[in-house]
Amino acid sequence: MAILPPGVSAESFQSGIREFQDAVGRDWVFTSDDDLHSYRDHFSYIKDQPNELIPSAAVGPDTTEQVQAIVRTANKYKIPLYAISTGKNFAYGGPSPNVRGSVTVDLKRMNRILVCDDKRNFALVEPGVSYIDLYRHIQANKLNVWVDTPDPGWGSLIGNAMDHGIGYTMGYYRDHFGAHTGMEVVLPNGELLRTGMGAMPASQSWQEYRHGYGPDPAGLFGQGNFGIVTKMGFRLMPAPEHWRNGLVTVPKRQDLVPLIEVANYLGDLAMCGEPWYGSPLTELMGNTEFRDAALAFNEGEMDRQAASANLHSWQVELQFYGSERTTLANWEYAKELVARKVPGARFTDGESLKTPLTREQLAATTGPYPTNMRRNITQGVPGLGIWYMTGRTERNPNAWNETHIGLFSLIGRSGEAVLKAQQDFAAVARKLGMPSLFPNAIQTPVNWYQFAFLMGNGFGLGGGDVSPAGKLAATAKLREVLRENGALGYGDYRAPPILQDDVADQYSFNNFALRRFNETLKDAIDPNGIISPGRAGVWPAVFRSMRGGMRS
Amino acid sequence: MSGSRKTLALAALVLGSWAACAAAQDAERGQAKFEHSCAPCHGDGVGDDGRAMLPGTDALRIKYQGSLPALLEKRTDLNAEAIRTFVRRGTWSMPPFRPTEVTERDIQDIAAYLRQSSSGGR
Repeated sequence: MAILPPGVSAESFQSGIREFQDAVGRDWVFTSDDDLHSYRDHFSYIKDQPNELIPSAAVGPDTTEQVQAIVRTANKYKIPLYAISTGKNFAYGGPSPNVRGSVTVDLKRMNRILVCDDKRNFALVEPGVSYIDLYRHIQANKLNVWVDTPDPGWGSLIGNAMDHGIGYTMGYYRDHFGAHTGMEVVLPNGELLRTGMGAMPASQSWQEYRHGYGPDPAGLFGQGNFGIVTKMGFRLMPAPEHWRNGLVTVPKRQDLVPLIEVANYLGDLAMCGEPWYGSPLTELMGNTEFRDAALAFNEGEMDRQAASANLHSWQVELQFYGSERTTLANWEYAKELVARKVPGARFTDGESLKTPLTREQLAATTGPYPTNMRRNITQGVPGLGIWYMTGRTERNPNAWNETHIGLFSLIGRSGEAVLKAQQDFAAVARKLGMPSLFPNAIQTPVNWYQFAFLMGNGFGLGGGDVSPAGKLAATAKLREVLRENGALGYGDYRAPPILQDDVADQYSFNNFALRRFNETLKDAIDPNGIISPGRAGVWPAVFRSMRGGMRS
Repeated sequence: MSGSRKTLALAALVLGSWAACAAAQDAERGQAKFEHSCAPCHGDGVGDDGRAMLPGTDALRIKYQGSLPALLEKRTDLNAEAIRTFVRRGTWSMPPFRPTEVTERDIQDIAAYLRQSSSGGR
């Protein structure tokens, strides 16, 4: 299925391919259907549709200089590029570009760990380095730092940070873009730029002061299309000596408000790691009377039934990193704070373990209480164990989750905001005729970002119809959800390319002032619009007519 | 044995040793690549959330119900061609792997490693 980049003649494309081959070698330029199959989004909602987002070719550089040569050639022939790191990012588009026919710049071969310093606690890596790679490097060299890993560990540190990905340890490290310490970027004209102290030729502190001097453009490269990042630094968490967890439950629905206040307080003082919220009332899901009360958001009735079942309404699992004594002190302090604010709160000591955990401790799921906390990721141990969620399991032996997608809205970091979002999301699901997955009245947020909550939208996608028509219908429905959520003030933090214009539309303050600003910059910096046009809804002038094109 | 026959026999011995040595090196490289790129899903460790197996191994256990081993390292039927198909095309929730991640040489080496591991050598 040979396709061309939009607006590029077959002759120009062939000339471009030859120059790409000159730059990286013939073995690393891919144009056959067989090779390009692996550059498609395996979980695409529009697989095999005429507008499926597939590349015309892929090129795999090994050095920054080769990336510069590729960018210069792309400018010469006006070929749009789309850069990927390890090319995972599944649920958010995988390796697929925003514009069909782009040439994918596959940075996987650039997989060098340039620095990993366990005294100053940072690493400097290339885009092809995965979380698993860095973890293994740390283990092999007995370094005293941890990796803050997302769920699947095959992703790239740079790619994940570029898409504002998250992790599960202490707050500062969970925001992967926020924990970056400067970057090197090939600009759309092929020039090389370094941010922060890297802008200083003789700097000895590139990974230690990311602001440098003057305006810092680093934010433009996250979820952006202003260049191709070829090196990036990350702050690493020093390996703690001890880990402890504990469970707090509170009886009434409104007790969520003080519970979250305490967890925010502890987290923002760096006294605990990621809090994991949940509701013990999940147990009552099969009870029609309770379910009716939950679907109606009848708080009094929910509290009554919870008390009758001797169940509490909410729980949070707290985790502490440090020494045996400091983790104990922080846990005791957490109990004291909650007890002051919430009458009837209960506390269960969890486990208290010397780190690094043994293989058996990492695998353990039993403890003083049933836990939702996934041990590996709280310990910074990357892997692929979580991938069972997409595949064949005992509960799901004859199908796989081929519409795996991530859509999470940002909500305020308070109990009031959570309770309101539950009602708002349920109302949107009702309005759009979408089956609700569960009574949204017991849905809890995730605190992946230290200073924000995210909540999934809590609906099903039409009975699991994975036929091509079913997927298209689900895509259309998701667009409606994003529009409705946006109108209510809930913006998503990340999306696959087929929905990026829809998410960008949510951010419309002052007649899209932010988008207009970004696109003014884009046109100035990338006049040919060759770097990832359309990424995160930022369209260069030459491709701007394609905005919203995925909706048709 | 004449001189020329001796020379031929020696050459055959040297070639045979060289081939065995090269095969061992292929398998060694294949093992390293397998452990890097395949074992996180298809290894013999335990899975997440209390699951007894890693997801790829568990999926194959459910699929084959004992008619084939769940562990790839025990499979005798995975030659380079079969591996290439799964790696490049993907299957079910396993996405395809790109030629920058797993090269043609890697596929050959992994096949050599699986031949060795499934025959009991490792």
